[in-house]
Amino acid sequence: MKTSIPQEELLRSGHQACQGCASTVAMRYALKGLGRRTIIVVPACCWTVISGAAPNSSLDVPLLHAPFASAAATACGVKAGLQARGDEETTVMVWAGDGSTYDIGLQSWSGAAERGEDMLYVCYDNEAYMNTGVQRSGATPMGVWTMTTPDGNRRPKKDLDALLEAHHISYAATASIAYPEDFVRKFAKARAIKGFRFIRVFSPCPPGWKYDPDKTVDLARLAVLTGVFPLYEIEAGAFRLNLAPAKLKPLAEYLAPQGRYKGLDPEALAREQGSVTERWQRLLARKAAS
Amino acid sequence: MPRLEPPQRLPRIISSPGSTTFNRTSSWRNLVPRIDLALCTGCLLCWKFCPEACVGLPGPKPEIGMDYCKGCGVCAQECPAECISMDQEAEA
Repeated sequence: MKTSIPQEELLRSGHQACQGCASTVAMRYALKGLGRRTIIVVPACCWTVISGAAPNSSLDVPLLHAPFASAAATACGVKAGLQARGDEETTVMVWAGDGSTYDIGLQSWSGAAERGEDMLYVCYDNEAYMNTGVQRSGATPMGVWTMTTPDGNRRPKKDLDALLEAHHISYAATASIAYPEDFVRKFAKARAIKGFRFIRVFSPCPPGWKYDPDKTVDLARLAVLTGVFPLYEIEAGAFRLNLAPAKLKPLAEYLAPQGRYKGLDPEALAREQGSVTERWQRLLARKAAS
Repeated sequence: MPRLEPPQRLPRIISSPGSTTFNRTSSWRNLVPRIDLALCTGCLLCWKFCPEACVGLPGPKPEIGMDYCKGCGVCAQECPAECISMDQEAEA
């Protein structure tokens, strides 16, 4: 039977993720794109748990646990070890949450990116420290409820994509589980490119965002269609917008199912809509210029 | 020289690949998906989107692995033919 994405599953059932977790769908797709010759490095994040308690693993590929601050540094060492053994084939992938990527492990990926280390760094962005019970991170959007921002986060989300681009890396992309073919294609492409590659994956979280677990894929899709999470890739400096709806859906459609946005007043909603539209216009201008 | 123990006799610090399948996560489930295969068009979106990787493809139509399904309902929500319903799980 022919399928639009590979059938081989390298993530097994029986893992410890919550019902409707997007990061597990993301891992399935990532490994469909990368294949078996992959070693994963995971810092403290939800995936520390999802990968299984010793001596069990939910993955068919090797996985190393790294401290919060040093996933990218650990991956450099794994890559150097492989090279010393003459293995240039195996992909080393960091699989980190937003807490490690935006905050605690920023220095180690920034160093690896600047040196052009040969690895794929993936941030599955669920916009807070979900594994420890929903504390605000640098990736948490403005106005959002978390355990540490009970009356709404007062700072805008850090623009990680801009920060990455400033490192002149070989490949940067965004990927959404609502678009499996685009997702798998980007990982297969990243596998073939040398140097530092980065993919940011949008990862809706039912308990942390306070929505029913069956809405996970729907929210991932709405984030793309409202312009909250545009799909694009930058290869050797060349920008490509992968999906450009003729007209963006209103932001309110994406916010409505999420309990974490309940405290947002109309004024704040208008402000958020304004910043999404403004960023979308910048991307369209960039698309026109490329 | 002491003889090296074979790897399987070393302390189990290295996890066995894909070994979480011993963990039957069906006990997490409150809602249970039922596919009406007569209405199923075989688009396989349920297989693609399943967070548990528990939708199998034994043929052109999918089959949900009930040992692992946690009942999240993503398949029912995403099915374009609306042929998956989420029913209350029977009391154990």
